Amino acid sequence: MKRSLLPWLCFALALLAAPLVFPQSGSLSLLSQMGTMVLLCLSYNMLLGEGGMLSFGHAVYSGLGAFGAIHLMNRIGDGSLPFAFPITLVPLAGGVVGALCGVAFGYLTTRRAGTTFSMITLGLVELVSACALMFPELFGGEGGISGNRVVGEPVLGISYGPQLQVYYLIAAWLLVCAIAIHAIRHTPLGRILNAVRDNPERAAFIGYDPQRVRYLALILSAFFAGVSGGLSAINFEIVSAEYVGALRSGAILLFTFIGGAAYFYGPIIGGVVGVLFASLLSAYTQAWQFYLGAFFILIVMCLPGGLAKLVDDLARVLRARAMDAGLARLLAGRAAAGTLLLGGVVLATEMAYQLSLGSLADSGEGMAPVRLFGLDFDVHSVAAWGLSAALCAAGVAAIARWRAPWSAAWSRAWKRVEAAEQAGRESGAP
Amino acid sequence: MEFALITFLNGLGYGFLLFMLSSGLTLIYSMMGVPNFAHASFYMLGAYVAYSIAGVLGFWPALLIAPVVVGVAGALVEHYGLRIVHRYGHVPELLFTFGLSYLVVELVQLVWGRSPVPYRIPPSLDGTLFTLYSTAFPVYRGFMLLVATSMLAAIWLLLRHTRIGLTIQAALTHPQMAEALGHNVPRVFMLVFGGGCALAALAGVIGGNAFVTEPGMAASVGSIIFVVVVVGGLGSLAGAFITSILIGLMQTFAVALDYSAAGLLAALGIAAPAAGPLAPVLRLTLAQVAPVLPYLLLVAMLIVRPKGLMGKREG
Repeated sequence: MKRSLLPWLCFALALLAAPLVFPQSGSLSLLSQMGTMVLLCLSYNMLLGEGGMLSFGHAVYSGLGAFGAIHLMNRIGDGSLPFAFPITLVPLAGGVVGALCGVAFGYLTTRRAGTTFSMITLGLVELVSACALMFPELFGGEGGISGNRVVGEPVLGISYGPQLQVYYLIAAWLLVCAIAIHAIRHTPLGRILNAVRDNPERAAFIGYDPQRVRYLALILSAFFAGVSGGLSAINFEIVSAEYVGALRSGAILLFTFIGGAAYFYGPIIGGVVGVLFASLLSAYTQAWQFYLGAFFILIVMCLPGGLAKLVDDLARVLRARAMDAGLARLLAGRAAAGTLLLGGVVLATEMAYQLSLGSLADSGEGMAPVRLFGLDFDVHSVAAWGLSAALCAAGVAAIARWRAPWSAAWSRAWKRVEAAEQAGRESGAP
Repeated sequence: MEFALITFLNGLGYGFLLFMLSSGLTLIYSMMGVPNFAHASFYMLGAYVAYSIAGVLGFWPALLIAPVVVGVAGALVEHYGLRIVHRYGHVPELLFTFGLSYLVVELVQLVWGRSPVPYRIPPSLDGTLFTLYSTAFPVYRGFMLLVATSMLAAIWLLLRHTRIGLTIQAALTHPQMAEALGHNVPRVFMLVFGGGCALAALAGVIGGNAFVTEPGMAASVGSIIFVVVVVGGLGSLAGAFITSILIGLMQTFAVALDYSAAGLLAALGIAAPAAGPLAPVLRLTLAQVAPVLPYLLLVAMLIVRPKGLMGKREG
């Protein structure tokens, strides 16, 4: 009991302390975005990780929840509600809207499983986003619907005017929902969902209708997605048709998978990394989508467990005290080689983007140099391209050179990990 | 009558284009059991490569070379990407193609820029094929129909009446048995994947200049071809053909018709509510609804017959 409580305490402390460590207004809004994205990825992983359902339309539920929340905020604002409704509970309304959409759409999508499910969700997201543009009264057309979160009397001095209060609202909802999502994994529904993911025929044979289990899981997941949508409606005070679109759905999928779908904390890593990609990197470079796509493919090909798998493996090696000097040296060498390769690829990509798309700005004359790590690189110079090629070659050569020793050292370490964990189980179990 | 005939021909053209796209996807789907989410990206690549080749060599060489170039690219993707991911299971395969579709869009923007490129119909095909009553039917539409029909016939002949076709069919349905009989199944898979991509690229070569060649063109057809595959029944070429034609005709007719439910009610002598929650729905015209019709068809099909028109197995 104590061990299962500790990670939650750490998570709560991290949520509490984050704005104290990064108090600038820019980082505060970034943290708020991360909170909503992490919740969205956690809800998505109820489908992908727990249920094996690869949905391409998860943004539909969060987006429609956001629309519900913003309409509710506007009703609160113009006083047309017959009862008082605090802004603190608006995300709950978003969740209810999301769950209702889950009831409606999930009935259609969960009739089929596997790749067909994926294709149907893709059709669904197109249907909803096209409909969103068709009814401007409800969805605000291209411009979206704007609202105001500072409405009603402040409760206990909380008006949601300052961003810090919004952040803590998001953090509180994230913590509550994360605990709920974690708890659902251990209910009979969560267990049967895993069984349906792994072997639907056997789950059906012992008396559970796989279609029904998937449907229930989708409704629950849509609820949490709707909560996240309601939170982002409060955060941004505007919701547009992009919120229900295919691009956002794809981003959720990318982030969750990059984080790692097989671990509970994978989507948390994925949400944080994804927002960093989308917000920070897009401020520095035009090529951020290229990097995101390439990073995603790299993860799919080399690390199908996602970043969480990397964290988990390292933690297990450290806990079993299997990290000896040789392994650490090889690890550092691989990291250095990876950095060289990354530097070369980034340099080449930035120069290519500058050559191709930067020329639109200044029509090819006196093209601005690429500025990386405080150095200027001329995109037309052979030296810069040569440097990039040399960095790539050095990185690839180093990785290839250490490949055999690395896998030998790693499997040695892994044997020790397994032995240590086996011993731990035997001494721990009565 | 004139309107119906011309719209019918136009719808047929669009339907054939959809079929060229979804036939490759259907073949790849029945081969890997995984839909290729980058399929529309190969369609886009076909259009862009053809545009570049047409600028140097002219349209006719482009019509032949571009599908070959893209088909080779597809085969390379299968060999160096999909085959490696294959051992992790179906989901990573699917995700790989999904990530690839992101990269292709970025790559296309990097090479050809972010705005539409002037890929035009060749002068030799610019003109009127025949005049029906008073509406001119362009030569290029006829050419598209011709290419698509001959492609359809070629696939059918290849799959049904050649030894290669028999091997492909055997490898698709019983890979282990085909392998045991000494056929190189991985190479067959590579060929089918490359061939499917080449078909998509051919659709891009003749569709790119009929519509518009821009970085968003893959996204605009991407979901519709999945609707075609699901509604037609997974892995069924005949189902994909019927559904393509159906969607092509449905959308082309809907775009041209300006009827709404409110108008229908008015014709029946019932006053439609001018305000209230139903009013915006009743005011929508068929032309406005046209873009969502394929997806409504998908929803209707799922309710009535979840395995699709010609589907044999549940997914």
